[in-house]
Amino acid sequence: MRMTRKNMPALADLVEAGRRIEHHIPWPRAVVPPKAWNVAVEQLADGRWSLLGLWGEPDKVHMALLDEALDIGVISLDCRGGRYPSVGQYHPPALRLERAAADLFGLAPQGLPDTRRWLDHGQWGVSHPLAAQPGGPAAAASYRFLAAEGESLHQIAVGPVHAGIIEPGHFRFTAGGETVVRLEERLGYVHKGIEGLMRGASIDRAARLAGRTSGDSTVAYSLAFARAVEVALGITPPPRATWLRALMAELERLANHLGDIGAICNDAAFAIMHAHCGVLRERVLRAADAAFGHRLMRDRILPGGTASDLSEAGASAIRSLVAEIRQRFSHLVELYDNTASLQDRTVATGRLTVELARQYAAGGYVGRASGRDFDARRMPGYAPYDQLAFDVPVLQEGDVNARVWIRVREVEQSLSLVEQILGRLPAGPTLVEVEADNAADEPREGMALVEGFRGDILVWLRIGGDGLVKRCHLRDPSWFQWPLLEAAIEGNIVADFPICNKSFNCSYSGQDL
Amino acid sequence: MRKLLFESLIRPPLTERPPQVSDAAVDELARALDGVARKRLGRSLSIRAVDAGSCNGCELEMHALNNAFYDIERFGFRFVASPRHADMLLVTGPVTKNMREALKRTFDATPNPKWVVALGDCAKDGGCFAGSYAIVGGVSDVVPVDLHIPGCPPAPIEILKGLIALLDGANGKAGAAKG
Repeated sequence: MRMTRKNMPALADLVEAGRRIEHHIPWPRAVVPPKAWNVAVEQLADGRWSLLGLWGEPDKVHMALLDEALDIGVISLDCRGGRYPSVGQYHPPALRLERAAADLFGLAPQGLPDTRRWLDHGQWGVSHPLAAQPGGPAAAASYRFLAAEGESLHQIAVGPVHAGIIEPGHFRFTAGGETVVRLEERLGYVHKGIEGLMRGASIDRAARLAGRTSGDSTVAYSLAFARAVEVALGITPPPRATWLRALMAELERLANHLGDIGAICNDAAFAIMHAHCGVLRERVLRAADAAFGHRLMRDRILPGGTASDLSEAGASAIRSLVAEIRQRFSHLVELYDNTASLQDRTVATGRLTVELARQYAAGGYVGRASGRDFDARRMPGYAPYDQLAFDVPVLQEGDVNARVWIRVREVEQSLSLVEQILGRLPAGPTLVEVEADNAADEPREGMALVEGFRGDILVWLRIGGDGLVKRCHLRDPSWFQWPLLEAAIEGNIVADFPICNKSFNCSYSGQDL
Repeated sequence: MRKLLFESLIRPPLTERPPQVSDAAVDELARALDGVARKRLGRSLSIRAVDAGSCNGCELEMHALNNAFYDIERFGFRFVASPRHADMLLVTGPVTKNMREALKRTFDATPNPKWVVALGDCAKDGGCFAGSYAIVGGVSDVVPVDLHIPGCPPAPIEILKGLIALLDGANGKAGAAKG
């Protein structure tokens, strides 16, 4: 074991061999030659490393990686003539990211097996909008869905406008009778061009945009963006702000998990869970409003700290919230656990294998219900979680039921975290000024990995000498979860799609950007 | 489950009192509504939600309208699954270019008489996404809008106020508007 390990390259070696970028914090970034790039792709394909992100620039492609020793780093490749060797041809989790980078920057991954456009539906009036020289409008060609062959198969087309109050996307089912043979997703409908709007934006404006990438994760996105700015500029937020941010993040997690648990049960027509969980979710939002002045806590986290402080009244609103959830939630969990008709719908439904979760580096409850115990709060970790006690629940079953139970356990963990934070909240200011201008005129790059309720959110950015954002990439956890939904639904009945979909609860807006 | 159901019988209801109609909403509504259509609908209104590019924040607050606190159905409002069942489209988001066609088709599929309510700051003029290559702009750039409810996202109570105003024209201004 040790012998083979010795021969395996470490990410650090690749970075060492490349041209190191000076101001890239906290993890290293290096521009590497194609050979080193290919070595990294091999490690991904062999399942030794995990892909954390892949994004473009007009003449470069970047890849954020996690190696076996749990080291994080970014490698970059110069794309001569816009070309680079495709990662997705050997490591499928990169496919959609490469298609997106091709749409936005005109980068051409050589060997990419799927060259259909992903975000670009031929409606923008421009192609490759973020390339050095954007092209003329792309033709609105019809989208070729992947074929499924067999006797008596039929297709069901759903969306982009769905029946419920949810975001738009298109699902193409191929079914044999009631059974789903293949699901193919087509997304990109809510592509807003956030990364384009980020270019040249002030840090304040960019922070507002980041907080609107996926509304249900506004706290997590604001936190990830703020942390990336702060490491890039060498700013340390005041301790009280760091703790308040974690408080907001846990409230956001509570609200979303409670909403999801109810909504999953609702998709099994078990409305009483939905009604009671909806009440608890509303209580969280009201406490957040009382404590921070906004139900979803939007724009409350800023680079440099937080926009609002927590008053004694706010703290006591959160304390009563925790008390109420503790009192009521256990009864709901018992109800879920003891209702056979409900379990009949969730157990063994929409099963995601441990192997796929690992290959796709699936974060959040999707990964943790299928054996992947990654949690950015613990690894790489960030303050104040290093001073807090919490467990990361993990299950192996990978079905809808497991994804419900991970959420249940995480609600319990978040309640405990909220109590710990309130008990130890340091005093002091909550905001320091962000001085973005620097005399050195050097661009500075920062990166952050933050655990949202759905999984790890990656933010990478470059701030120019003028203090403006030059490039910012926001990678939603959904990028690596949406493709797994296609796998999990296979062999299930069409009528179970809503419950499977809700148990994943991927973000459309977060992936479409 | 029996215990939970029993508790629900003896606990006081969580449902809020109906909100007062917001004046700003009424003013906008006065222009949008005529008395005839209100009479025809009575106090029932079927709503089809369309996300035309939102960040999903507005959708979260729309969902909250169905919880026990706001209980939107007591006012006769109901979210329906198809535009063909709808009296009103509740549209969120800056309209993305990739959703423009779907929004138009959804509008066309909604039978007359119909209203369009644009929900949230982005729905007015594109909000902070205005100017992007991927954004058309506000909802009114694609379909005619009768009422706009501001906020990022608007709190459920604000959405309720706007919707009730649309239906009730509570202070009589609405009826006078076209007279």
